[in-house]
Amino acid sequence: MTATETPGAVPANSEVTSEIGRRRVRKEDARLVTGQTNWTDNIRLPGMLHVAFLRSPYAHARINSVDLSAAREAPGVIAAFSGADLASEQGSLPCAWPVTPDIVMPDHPPMATGEVRYVGEIVAGVVARDRYAAADALEAIDVDYDPLPPVLDMEAALAEGSPKVHAAGNKSFEWPFSAGDIEAAFRDAPVVIERTFRQQRLIPSAMEPRAVVCAAVGDEYTMWSATQIPHILRLMLAMVTGIPEQQIRVIAPDVGGGFGSKLQVTAEEVLALLLARRLGKPVKWTESRSEGNMAVHHGRDQIQRIKLAADRDGRLRGLSVDLLADMGAYLMLVTPGVPLLGAFMFNAIYKMDAYSFTCTGVFTTKTPTDAYRGAGRPEATFAIERMMDELANELGMDPLALRERNWIRHEEFPFTTIAGLTYDSGNYEAATAKAREIFRYDELRKEQAERRAAGSPVQLGLGTSTYTEMCGLAPSRILGQLSYGAGGWEHASVRMLPTGKVEVVTGSSAHGQGHETAWSQIVADKLGVPFEDVRVLHGDTQVSPKGMDTYGSRSLTVGGIALVNACDKVVEKARVIAAAMLEVAPEDLEWSPGRWSVRGDPDQGKTIAEIALATFAAHNLPDGVEPSLDSEATYDPDNFSYPHGTHLCAAEVDTETGQVTIRSYVAVDDVGTVVNPLIVDGQVHGGLAQGIGQALYEEAVYDDDGNLVTTTMADYILPTAADLPEFQTARTETPATSNPLGVKGVGEAGTIASTPAVVNAVIDALRPLGVRDVPMPCTPERVWRAIQLARLGRAPDSGDAPSAAPATPPANQAHDAELNPAHGQEEGM
Amino acid sequence: MNHINVSVDGVKYSDDVEPRMLLVHYLREVAGRTGTPIGCDTSNCGACTVLLSGMSVKSCSVLAVQADGAQITTIEGLANGEWHPLQRAFREEHALQCGYCTPGMIMAASDLLRDNPRPTQQEVREGLEGNLCRCTGYQNIVAAVLRAAAEMSGQSATDAPTKAAPQTGAVS
Amino acid sequence: MIPAQFAYTRPESVEEAVSVLADSGDDAKVIAGGQSLLPLLRLRLAYPEVLVDVGGLDELRGVSDEGDALRIGALTTHYDLTRDPLVRAHCGLLAEAAGTVADPAVRHRGTLGGALAHADPAGDLPAVIVALDATLTARGPGGERQISAASFFADYLTTSLDPGEVLTGIRVPKLGRGWGYRYEKFHRSAQAWAIVGVAALARREDGHVAEARIGLTNMGPVPIRATATEDAVAGAAVDPGALRGAAAHADEGSSPPSDLHAAADYRRHLARVLTARALAAAVGQ
Repeated sequence: MTATETPGAVPANSEVTSEIGRRRVRKEDARLVTGQTNWTDNIRLPGMLHVAFLRSPYAHARINSVDLSAAREAPGVIAAFSGADLASEQGSLPCAWPVTPDIVMPDHPPMATGEVRYVGEIVAGVVARDRYAAADALEAIDVDYDPLPPVLDMEAALAEGSPKVHAAGNKSFEWPFSAGDIEAAFRDAPVVIERTFRQQRLIPSAMEPRAVVCAAVGDEYTMWSATQIPHILRLMLAMVTGIPEQQIRVIAPDVGGGFGSKLQVTAEEVLALLLARRLGKPVKWTESRSEGNMAVHHGRDQIQRIKLAADRDGRLRGLSVDLLADMGAYLMLVTPGVPLLGAFMFNAIYKMDAYSFTCTGVFTTKTPTDAYRGAGRPEATFAIERMMDELANELGMDPLALRERNWIRHEEFPFTTIAGLTYDSGNYEAATAKAREIFRYDELRKEQAERRAAGSPVQLGLGTSTYTEMCGLAPSRILGQLSYGAGGWEHASVRMLPTGKVEVVTGSSAHGQGHETAWSQIVADKLGVPFEDVRVLHGDTQVSPKGMDTYGSRSLTVGGIALVNACDKVVEKARVIAAAMLEVAPEDLEWSPGRWSVRGDPDQGKTIAEIALATFAAHNLPDGVEPSLDSEATYDPDNFSYPHGTHLCAAEVDTETGQVTIRSYVAVDDVGTVVNPLIVDGQVHGGLAQGIGQALYEEAVYDDDGNLVTTTMADYILPTAADLPEFQTARTETPATSNPLGVKGVGEAGTIASTPAVVNAVIDALRPLGVRDVPMPCTPERVWRAIQLARLGRAPDSGDAPSAAPATPPANQAHDAELNPAHGQEEGM
Repeated sequence: MNHINVSVDGVKYSDDVEPRMLLVHYLREVAGRTGTPIGCDTSNCGACTVLLSGMSVKSCSVLAVQADGAQITTIEGLANGEWHPLQRAFREEHALQCGYCTPGMIMAASDLLRDNPRPTQQEVREGLEGNLCRCTGYQNIVAAVLRAAAEMSGQSATDAPTKAAPQTGAVS
Repeated sequence: MIPAQFAYTRPESVEEAVSVLADSGDDAKVIAGGQSLLPLLRLRLAYPEVLVDVGGLDELRGVSDEGDALRIGALTTHYDLTRDPLVRAHCGLLAEAAGTVADPAVRHRGTLGGALAHADPAGDLPAVIVALDATLTARGPGGERQISAASFFADYLTTSLDPGEVLTGIRVPKLGRGWGYRYEKFHRSAQAWAIVGVAALARREDGHVAEARIGLTNMGPVPIRATATEDAVAGAAVDPGALRGAAAHADEGSSPPSDLHAAADYRRHLARVLTARALAAAVGQ
């Protein structure tokens, strides 16, 4: 982009004639860069009261009594409630994904009654005149608990005699899947690699903490919530509380990021509704960060036992995956389904003879888990991409060559994978070639060899990740087969205003993705109207009554197609009216962007604006034609979309301290047709940062009593600008064949791809020292410890405790930082 | 209650406040400056960054009573008739997605450029170490600050050291 | 989160501050920049009844030259320390370390006196003033007294200040010719607290290390000197092997914690590695 460009201007490359593909600066930004925002916490209503919640300090305890008498007397307090007070009306928080018929799905009261099962679970609530008074009154509440044993370790939870999180036991479900003859694949396999990886528990950490405001007027309820899913929330509030759906309106105002954490129906939302109803006053609850770290659902947390069988030439024979997935204390909206979204992705871009997958969902006394950016797919991609590097090492092959040996060749699409998905398109060769060139792969390999030979204390590692993902959630038919409680369609409507301007209503609910801009670009192309003339409305069930909201990289691939279909209907309706205006038959008209004209006589035509005004006046419409161009469409995809790409990471590892520094990172992504390259690059950058966060920085840590230790941003470490490199991004463009725009989806790709690329780079740097794994996050201490253990000839325990746990120091700790270059040339190069 | 006199975005305010009231709550709930959001409890995230007597501070970690007599500038007072170059650059470079960190990020960046009008990329990264963003990976934020720096120092933005050329390997 | 209620007073002189503190007893807390205190108040980890805000006492601000030493007022901010010409010229270690504290906005508000009186073993400046052999000045009901840096830090988050005393400033001997310095801070992210920090001063003479003073951050409940390394390096040749050999003793006598961010044995290891690096930088290697 050149500096002389003005906001909203067309890029210098004037060959771009369509809006789709243009680097448009965002419509959303004007209010966001000037502070004219409407975050939920900004909302103030007349008479509004403030809610604060008392949360359990115990991982597991019986509640004997909750004494609210002093809190009710505290200054400024209007009311105080315990779970018992609300028991008759609070219902149970919903789980929409009963993945198996015999799943254990415990009751989940929004405010605990009788027993608490994680630190941070709501035990009581105070409603006061201001937030300070509400916070003070919490300290006046006296709760008598009988502590019960915490259940913190998944394997121990499944063992005979473990204390139980729920009466029905600690196993929620077991979900098996297999294809091909897995026994044959492993029988007599020349090479079998077996590894256990730990997907550590993550805290999504959207920058805006959650907040909810609820107003009750008569028997009508309006809720403003920092949510990704106003439509689903409305439905679920009705189902949980019994309030008729048509009497609930949900508004997602400006929402400050979600990454899955706001794809939830929360206790606080349900309670806000109940308290507003009881008190007849608007109520507001705003979360603090340290509260949210305990109470917002967490992500990941799996133990992955992986076995990979291959021939000596590198050909994959079979893959066996055995997962333990930590549900936390309860099943929330899509908790059990998250690991299963990965079930179809472990085989990734590779061909193989057989595949088996089992996932066991386990209850622990920790914060419930649920969707976090990528939701199941990053875990799967991490495991297979780590395994491919392990196999390459075992075979003495270059990691990229091994991948190429096994991946689906571009001429083989559409290709039905061993997991049963049909990948419509892709070109792994092209993306890899481009990444390799930008990265200067061969030069870096040479430098790596030199550093190894020299025994340099700072070693260089190169990490590869050739990922794909399934996104665009989702074909309703498949969701039904997977026992999900809803469909995966999306809705859009287009309103042609008399002045020729356009209002678009989308069921997607943006919270940073830039829909207002990208949707305007699509509509501008489809209707031939100026980009500036399109207004996009969303995030309010009264304005946008129908939608499935935003998650799973679905907005463009599903919502965008609904929009295209609605635009097509507008154009067809306009054709009939234009024909009447021009006194020709509709078949004699042809469409050029923004105008119907007479075939063979292009001067005779009517613009969409002229047609819109004539439709508004409705003076001379043909018989039986309604006076409206407005159209709507609900689109249900036939297939997922499958973005892919090749990410390469060069990491320097200081073997004296264990410090990892990312020296360069190249991401070549193929997300199909690009609507707005500016937005796509931004999504990739942010995704990379989150994936790198998992690889190197982030972990939710619990102590032995089940207390979350990482309750603040001082302890839950997020990377800062100074900790990240400048990313080099590029694209190949293989349009999806499964939708008319050729788009795929980009919201999660960076996160899915980057974690294994970074960890592979770390391991690659250390392999000559005998290190074959470092548990995530690869903190300096863990890297250092892995080096020490490797020197003693021991592998680190992949599922090891967080660094907070006392560790056994290696015996010869004084002799650090001596590299042994003897093993330096084992790596296939 | 203690009495304070402050100037917020050029407007004088005189209010009684509880001593414990955080400056950010004063700005948001008394002075109506909801453009400044709150992202954490521990001064790590920087979303609430404002200028206090010309210097960046995290308004969640200052008491309103400590600001007595001070001039405060929030994101809502940064534009002076027209957008500040940083506001323009953030838009041009797509330096925001959800926008929640943006007010603090821009205020921190304005302080950075006061201190160091032509920073290198690394200096920008280090200068913004107190402001967390979860959407952008910081890449375009850094580019925006460099772009604004070039503009504010009267040089052509094309001279600004923005992004590494795609073919260069080592970065930052 | 929101602090619990407290009373607030803003004395107009040090004397007044001292007298308010004397009247309020243990329930009073001095606030300067508040960058350590505010998060504690918000998380309700501290419940003072009275906050005594010394932030307006300009007499406690600034740096002055006292011949062989600098006098630095307690209210001098980290930001000012990084830029002050006298500090940079005569005890650059303090300027360098102040520049690593937290982030720019915190450095604008946070003060030297506040950081020292808070006595967080993970804070950067305590180890620095221990290495600098600074003397702290406190004023209380009985007048002024001088406290050596080595005896100022009593325990975790605890100093030897009496409840009625206000830290007014520090006196730092100027470093003469031949001295070099380095603050090596090791942390998880750019804004994070130090896992370990090493504040090294070394005087070089004729290709040898004539003397060195090394303060360690977060290697125990209080900042300590790496005396075994100081002894071992005195007179050693300025070469990497010798420095590394001396640094191998850096953790002797320390009692580092095991916590979320690192286990004790790793901290000991880091202290040795970082001390070698800090010494090498200090002697210009």
